[in-house]
Amino acid sequence: MHIRVIDIAKDFGRTGALRGVSLDVRDGELLALLGPSGSGKTTLLRVIAGLEAPSTGQVFFGEEDATTVPVQKRRIGFVFQNYALFKHMTVRDNIAYGLRVRRRSEQPSTSEIIKRADDLLDLVQLSDIGSRYPRQLSGGQQQRVALARALAVEPRVLLLDEPFGALDARVRKDLRRWLRDLHDRTGHTTVFVTHDQEEALELADRVAILNAGKIEQIGSPDDIYDHPASAFVMSFVGDTSSIPIQSDGIGLLHDGQPFEAICHGSCRGSGKLFVRPHDVTIAEASPGRLPGTVVNVHRTARGHRAQILVGNAGVIIEATVDMAKPQVIGERVGLQIQNARVFGD
Amino acid sequence: MVEPKPRHAPLPPVTTESVTARILLISAALLFLGLFLILPVVVVFVEALRKGLLVYLQTFGDPDAQSAIRLTLMVAGISVPLNVLFGLAASWAIAKFEFRGKSLLITLIDLPFSISPVVSGLIYVLLFGAAGTFGPWFKAHGMQIIFALPGIVLATVFVTFPFVARELIPLMEEQGNTDEEAALTLGAGGLRAFLTVTLPNIRWGLLYGVLLCNARAMGEFGAVSVVSGHIRGLTDTMPLHVEILYNEYNFTAAFAMASLLTLLALITLAAKTLLELRYGEALARTTRV
Repeated sequence: MHIRVIDIAKDFGRTGALRGVSLDVRDGELLALLGPSGSGKTTLLRVIAGLEAPSTGQVFFGEEDATTVPVQKRRIGFVFQNYALFKHMTVRDNIAYGLRVRRRSEQPSTSEIIKRADDLLDLVQLSDIGSRYPRQLSGGQQQRVALARALAVEPRVLLLDEPFGALDARVRKDLRRWLRDLHDRTGHTTVFVTHDQEEALELADRVAILNAGKIEQIGSPDDIYDHPASAFVMSFVGDTSSIPIQSDGIGLLHDGQPFEAICHGSCRGSGKLFVRPHDVTIAEASPGRLPGTVVNVHRTARGHRAQILVGNAGVIIEATVDMAKPQVIGERVGLQIQNARVFGD
Repeated sequence: MVEPKPRHAPLPPVTTESVTARILLISAALLFLGLFLILPVVVVFVEALRKGLLVYLQTFGDPDAQSAIRLTLMVAGISVPLNVLFGLAASWAIAKFEFRGKSLLITLIDLPFSISPVVSGLIYVLLFGAAGTFGPWFKAHGMQIIFALPGIVLATVFVTFPFVARELIPLMEEQGNTDEEAALTLGAGGLRAFLTVTLPNIRWGLLYGVLLCNARAMGEFGAVSVVSGHIRGLTDTMPLHVEILYNEYNFTAAFAMASLLTLLALITLAAKTLLELRYGEALARTTRV
């Protein structure tokens, strides 16, 4: 199901408001809404679901204007952040709920309902726990039950709010892959909200970056990471250092200090220069290289990082460290910068 | 390797008092409990049975006594369901919606707790009495409010109003809206979601509220006393009847009736305890501590 969101605004008078958001979700794609908390990503998801009514704007499901269609009639599957499983029902009853509340005329027979619930339990690989209660399940299992429950109503679109937010890192990673695999098998148009960039980049076909109630950029994970459209996207997705710069028409200046850098496009203009740690090479101090002092070296999951203090304004740049040439704290170095971008203030 | 030997007995936990302090505190609590709670209950039953079981049972053969029991059951039977409805509606509104004047509403719900029951009764006399605001109108239309069942029910509903709502508001606030939203996304209508999701989530709290509400509805004296008019065999509830019998020096009958009310309280307590034992885990999960 192709979903179009057209110029949606939602005024809360607090965080989470939307200020004119338009978005196309293609049929069968897995789209991530990524943004910091308060950026409006959950609000947007709830507007698509029909759990919030927008102040202005429209939501189309295919050719149908769904803006005023009540949530019960939208045929969506929604997975809540804390799963919202019905505590007093068994797993099987939870999954069957959406079928049992249907009007008599549209309701499948009792045996069909049970069969469908069991099929879904198979699909989410929980065949043997149908008669347990939610509290007897682990977080990851609850998550999968919530997903099976949402799928039971044969939704036109699957909406997931921070689907892995409440799980520990290990389970999160497994479930992520599992969800991608499930999506590829069932082909549901899926939108999920996350604040975790890694999750968005790894899982989604396309990522929409939200900030302060607006969409900053929509694109494939490669687009978002390699061709960020704004300073916000560049600094929100992936690790980034930024340096205030001036341009004197000949080269770049930071704090009055001229230096050279290789940029996407051109390095002209003033504002801030953004660069990722793996595009900063630590070398010996020499003219043209941005001079600085190593103030800290630390270990990350992906290798070593050094923090280099440049100029007099307290600006810190992060660089990956080649452990064949370990850095000494206090050492004066020169930085070679490539793949940088300049965004105005 | 030499195992290090403990040089002294393991220290008691830091929060434990000395033996003397413990004995003192516990016996003080027990003494207080015995004097103020257990002794009166025992006295009620001893006095009621002083002249033997036969006399005790005979007191319930009195038509006035039977009428009082019937009236009390009827009043509770009407007021408790009404307050379950009001309590559910009020706590639903307060817990699930944001609106102006919400804190005022919460304060108003607590009003019957802070107001003297006699005053609550008086309010209804002033409103519906012969010289009251609406009294003449009702009288002209052939309806007796004060000194009749409607007045007693009104006073009881007022006094017992907070019990269900106060039990449910914190519970519903803590549970939030997500379960209901989940039901809606799965296609359930509002009423269906309420019956299949909200109600099971609050059932233990609701039951608590109903038990407390019922105990108070049957036992209410002050407010009912003002509006009832004490017409024997007609508008006397059990607590009022106890007073009348006592004032007539008919102690056995008075205590017999009192023992029935006490028994009711004990049954309520037992039901509550049983619920806690049987469904303790479920209660802990669904009610506030």
